[in-house]
Amino acid sequence: MPLIGVLALQGDFEAHEKAFQEAGAQTIQVRAAADLARIDALVIPGGESTTMLKLLEIESLMAPLREFGLRKPVFGTCAGAILLAKDVVNPPQDSLGLVDITVERNAYGRQVHSQVANLQLDHEQPPIEAVFIRAPIIRRAGPDVVVRARWKDSPVLVQQGRHLVATFHPELGASRRVQSLFLDMVRSCNNQ
Amino acid sequence: MFLDDAFRLKVGLAEMLKGGVIMDVTNAQQAEIAEKAGACAVMALERVPSDIRKDGGVARMAPISRIREIMATVSIPVMAKARIGHFMEARVLEALEVDYIDESEVLTPADEEHHISKRSFKVPFVCGARNLGEALRRIAEGAAMIRTKGEAGSGNIVEAVRHIRTIVKEIKQLTVLGEEELVHESKKHQAPLELIQYVAKNGKLPVPNFSAGGIATPADAALVMQLGAEAVFVGSGIFKSDDPEARARAIVKAATYYQDPVKLLEASNELGIGMAGLDISKLPESELMQTRGW
Repeated sequence: MPLIGVLALQGDFEAHEKAFQEAGAQTIQVRAAADLARIDALVIPGGESTTMLKLLEIESLMAPLREFGLRKPVFGTCAGAILLAKDVVNPPQDSLGLVDITVERNAYGRQVHSQVANLQLDHEQPPIEAVFIRAPIIRRAGPDVVVRARWKDSPVLVQQGRHLVATFHPELGASRRVQSLFLDMVRSCNNQ
Repeated sequence: MFLDDAFRLKVGLAEMLKGGVIMDVTNAQQAEIAEKAGACAVMALERVPSDIRKDGGVARMAPISRIREIMATVSIPVMAKARIGHFMEARVLEALEVDYIDESEVLTPADEEHHISKRSFKVPFVCGARNLGEALRRIAEGAAMIRTKGEAGSGNIVEAVRHIRTIVKEIKQLTVLGEEELVHESKKHQAPLELIQYVAKNGKLPVPNFSAGGIATPADAALVMQLGAEAVFVGSGIFKSDDPEARARAIVKAATYYQDPVKLLEASNELGIGMAGLDISKLPESELMQTRGW
């Protein structure tokens, strides 16, 4: 059973732990570089990206996370998507740069524009529920980036190699299909 | 009844604020300091609670120009306070598109019998509570986040501790009762049976439970988090201290590493003396903010 670490500096890390446990994984909370040695993959949860970035800097975690991402899968949702992106705008801020996308923060507007949407992941199965909260938009996806789902013409779930990025919150919806997709990616990375 | 899509979105934003620090700010410059220090949101208000206490008079929603300036300055969520029962202040804040409204006992109540009916708003609300019944009445009205009240502007953690301990204890007690006993609990707590049943079954509130009112140091923040708070609001504690930037950073770190005394020590190293505090047992009943709200 893969051991998933959930970055627990700030945000809805408990919801992610619960979702991955329901999808058949074990989880631990990651707050220090030493925790990374134990895990098969890392999840960067939703929350405030500026807060997480500040704590990553104060705790000197940027370099260890980048290094982890060169070997192991990382899944980022919402704030996690912003931290994984190569470029961030509105306003520009530092990031881990592990996925070749440009992300615009708060791109749908403020909280009153947050919404729940139905998202078609593939044609065989019914759509999943996607919860967007003050969500970012992926404005550019590089040539190595595979778009797994779109909503309102923008990519909202993308994969680059071993990394997965969602601008919505799969952990707040009822379906665990996005978690299962990531766990498949983790298993195939472990087998390589 | 209470878990429709609109309500889940409201609770969803509260979920994103967990493990964070929401800081009271009165202008754009303070908001910028808060964001740089790692605040997960700011609360816009006219005066911080300790100044409201000192100056007296009627405390209202902050001037719109001030809130607008704060919203234009920071990229993190901006909350603003409305008076208890003042649903038109709340409608104005909703039109302004603030991210959360705090129907707050810190401001002078506009209605001494009714709270705002929060369900019909698109913007989410946070409300204060001192015990489980009060928390569930606010949730029944549509609050998507609860914060224990503490005693705002006091710099004294004792009331925040009392309120979080009370709510946590009352939640625990419900989980061991039988179905038939919950009807009586509903009457005792003056809260809807449906919500009492939810708490009994799940062992927690249906919305995140944060702490406020008296947090002035990193250790204070860690204390209420250890007692069960999922995030903290810091009001006067930051901008009424001699070292707002350092203190803000330190409290942010404390909210993350509240289980780790060594990290708390690191966070506290550079701090000087915190805000001047008040002995709440010496305050006359009429000066308490926590008793506002019904």
